[in-house]
Amino acid sequence: MFKILRKKMLNNNIVLMDIDAPRVAKSALPGQFVIVKTDERAERIALTICDYDAEKGTVTIVFQPIGASTKLMMQYEEGDAFEDFVGPLGNASDLCFEPIEEVKKKHILFVCGGVGTAPVYPQVKWLKEHGVGADVIISARTKDILILEDKMAEVADNVYVSTDDGTKGIHGNSCDAIKYLINEEHKTYDHVVAIGPAIMMKFVCLLTKELGIHTIVSMNMIMVDGTGMCGACRLTVGGEVKFACVDGPEFDGHLVDFDGAMMRQRQYKTEEGRAMLREKEGATHSGGCGLCNHDN
Amino acid sequence: MAIEVDAFKRVPVREQDAQVRAKNFDEVCLGYNEEEAMAEASRCLECKNPRCRMGCPVSIDIPKFIHEVKVGNFAAAYEVLNTYTALPAVCGRVCPQETQCEQKCVRGVKGEAVSIGKLERFVADWAREHGLKPQVRVKKNGKKVAVIGAGPAGLTCAGDLAKAGYDVTIYEALHKAGGVLVYGIPEFRLPKSTVVAHEVENVKALGVDIETDVVIGKTVSIDELLENYDAVFVGSGAGLPKFMGIPGENSNGVFSANEYLTRNNLMKAYRDDYDTPIYVPKKAVIVGGGNVAMDAARTALRLGAETHIVYRRSEAELPARAEEVHHAKEEGIIFDVLCNPTEILADENGWVKGCKCVRMELGEPDESGRRRPQVVKDSEFVIDCDCVIMSLGTAANPMLANSTTGLNTTKYKTIEADEATGATSKARVFAGGDVVSGAATVILAMGAGKAAAKGIQDMLGTTPEPIEE
Ligand SMILES: Cc1cc2nc3c(=O)[nH]c(=O)nc-3n(C[C@H](O)[C@H](O)[C@H](O)COP(=O)(O)OP(=O)(O)OC[C@H]3O[C@@H](n4cnc5c(N)ncnc54)[C@H](O)[C@@H]3O)c2cc1C
Ligand SMILES: Cc1cc2nc3c(=O)[nH]c(=O)nc-3n(C[C@H](O)[C@H](O)[C@H](O)COP(=O)(O)OP(=O)(O)OC[C@H]3O[C@@H](n4cnc5c(N)ncnc54)[C@H](O)[C@@H]3O)c2cc1C
Ligand code: SF4
Ligand code: SF4
Ligand code: FES
Repeated sequence: MFKILRKKMLNNNIVLMDIDAPRVAKSALPGQFVIVKTDERAERIALTICDYDAEKGTVTIVFQPIGASTKLMMQYEEGDAFEDFVGPLGNASDLCFEPIEEVKKKHILFVCGGVGTAPVYPQVKWLKEHGVGADVIISARTKDILILEDKMAEVADNVYVSTDDGTKGIHGNSCDAIKYLINEEHKTYDHVVAIGPAIMMKFVCLLTKELGIHTIVSMNMIMVDGTGMCGACRLTVGGEVKFACVDGPEFDGHLVDFDGAMMRQRQYKTEEGRAMLREKEGATHSGGCGLCNHDN
Repeated sequence: MAIEVDAFKRVPVREQDAQVRAKNFDEVCLGYNEEEAMAEASRCLECKNPRCRMGCPVSIDIPKFIHEVKVGNFAAAYEVLNTYTALPAVCGRVCPQETQCEQKCVRGVKGEAVSIGKLERFVADWAREHGLKPQVRVKKNGKKVAVIGAGPAGLTCAGDLAKAGYDVTIYEALHKAGGVLVYGIPEFRLPKSTVVAHEVENVKALGVDIETDVVIGKTVSIDELLENYDAVFVGSGAGLPKFMGIPGENSNGVFSANEYLTRNNLMKAYRDDYDTPIYVPKKAVIVGGGNVAMDAARTALRLGAETHIVYRRSEAELPARAEEVHHAKEEGIIFDVLCNPTEILADENGWVKGCKCVRMELGEPDESGRRRPQVVKDSEFVIDCDCVIMSLGTAANPMLANSTTGLNTTKYKTIEADEATGATSKARVFAGGDVVSGAATVILAMGAGKAAAKGIQDMLGTTPEPIEE
């Protein structure tokens, strides 16, 4: 059993939990994920590792209730325990493996959409711990659903906020924000990491391709085992079929077939999940996990 | 009432009616009762030179256990089985007996072979129902072994080592122990909560610890294990699904058999009280002709689909067990043989709407001795369907070997290991089962687990010391 040591609402719909999982905490690196199963009858749910503390033996997850399983997870309180918590799965971010001197030469920009802000945090933190700075854009539909702005500010060189409705920061979506930084603030970047809803990553990639900036994305495909055994998580990257759980979850965004991936992500999308997002965030919500493809 | 025995014919085994079972997930074969088992056992000639034993990969003393059944001493029969196999209730159900022990049985020369598998199953079920358990009769030797994977190979290796006095911990990536026995082979052939759970409990009863949710190579590395254990056994199976590489294969509604079966068996999608979703098609095409294809087809059928098996060779070459093919047909599965998919057609939302195929004919035999299938010119046609399940076999998952230095693999990504001892290229690391042989059978994986348990004992130079009673 894996105990919940802390539970905190980041906004009225996104929750953070610290889980007691010493072995996972010890091996975790930024970019990897875990699979959580609340009880015997529940599904296996993939969630990105949002922070980890090898000393305390904790792993932090941040999630949004979408359907039956994530809603059930939401009802768990501090002191309760999940039956299964397995990881770290997938590959760590490439930045962790490149010679650090090379990484230091890069001008890195992270672009986060909605819940996607959470998995970006450990990457920026890891870079900071290794003496590398980075800029971060956090985008959301409106200012009330922005998350982790303060924590991110502790580890990033600069944090920029953008909201679709202009209630805070740059008025516009993630792409508008990137354009603003480059055109108005005269920033230059040679490495972008975009994590958020698939539709957001798709458009960021279209833009960065035009701008000639290498871009990494994290693909939240539907998963079962997370170890390469079922093929549920397959997607096409550079014309080849890849399994997101073992070949990813991060890929070169300019090679990903986003339309194919988004189609596959819709496979088990429940009517229940759709209805709930519609009710919570309205038609244009941009909080997300790859699930919310703006087609609700 | 005594059962009349015809020396040339088996005592028939009771089965669920085909019409009824096509709509449920309960076990198809109901097995023998005591009377039927004793009657069938009486057909065994108790040969001095039992050929059946040569057909069994773990050389179970078949005439000896059958003798005990014949005289009604079922507990003694269980003792005999126990010295050779850790999973008799499983092997009795899923071994391809017709090509192993039963194929060699002398009774088979003139009539039907003795129903060895059904008798083995009867004894194991009887022992379970009567609370019999295997026991450790030796002192602990203070040595520790880590086993990776809780499939038949890992469970057997762990059980044997525990019986020899070792402290054994099994690390399993999934949330439940059993390997293919829990995620692959369906409930209607191998009941999970009774049979498989019980066999796992028996291994635990020997003192083996099973830790689920630990992916070796990710959560903990083999090198870390070697710091804390005297030896490591790798029994991680061959779970990597194959796809055909044809256009449209990423469409929604196209699954690997592993995904479809895992959702249904391990995650129990067929039950309303479990949350895992599964796609219930109207018409499913299952590509392949092995046991896995039969299992996927019979699962889709039970969920309510019209189900077709599409296989590129002819019916005679179907690699699945004869019994499974027979059962599948009885249940109403349609076999489209000499037929091969070339493309999967999808609708505008990305969901499967058809499977484009070509007709095949058999040419000259290939290296495997089977006649090579060739495409018949201009024979393209479309099977309308809303689901395709690829059951083309599986390969060894490269994750573990990739994350471990010094562990040599073959060009098929299987781990190189000595057949007799299980020793690999890495010191103190042993391997066996599907991860070494490629996808094979439960009994072969068990045999490999046994061989490695012996190899580990020889390497560590331990001899079991009996506990004085
Ligand atoms: C590698 C990875 C990392 C992820 N990280 C996070 C995260 O940090 N925070 C977060 O809130 N969400 C994350 N997700 C998405 C999260 O797994 C889904 O929101 C969740 O599975 C929804 O399950 P449900 O039963 O509540 O919803 P339902 O809509 O009822 O789901 C039905 C089915 O579809 C699957 N599914 C639906 N949407 C997704 C999706 N986007 N990705 C994968 N499977 C999906 C579910 O597993 C389930 O089988 C991640 C997904 C992956 C693959
Ligand atoms: C659908 C299907 C039907 C079959 N039907 C039959 C049949 O009727 N008769 C028959 O004899 N055989 C049958 N087989 C084949 C048989 O099941 C296998 O040959 C046998 O299970 C192999 O045993 P194993 O212990 O080597 O591997 P597996 O049973 O595959 O077990 C390996 C275990 O290791 C775990 N694992 C993998 N990687 C790691 C890791 N890194 N860390 C920790 N754990 C890990 C896996 O999760 C799994 O639980 C069938 C197979 C399938 C898929
Ligand atoms: S283990 Fe398999 S091959 Fe051996 S006797 Fe039993 S059924 Fe036959
Ligand atoms: S070969 Fe047949 S008859 Fe002879 S001992 Fe074996 S099972 Fe009995
Ligand atoms: S989740 Fe099963 S192969 Fe990736």
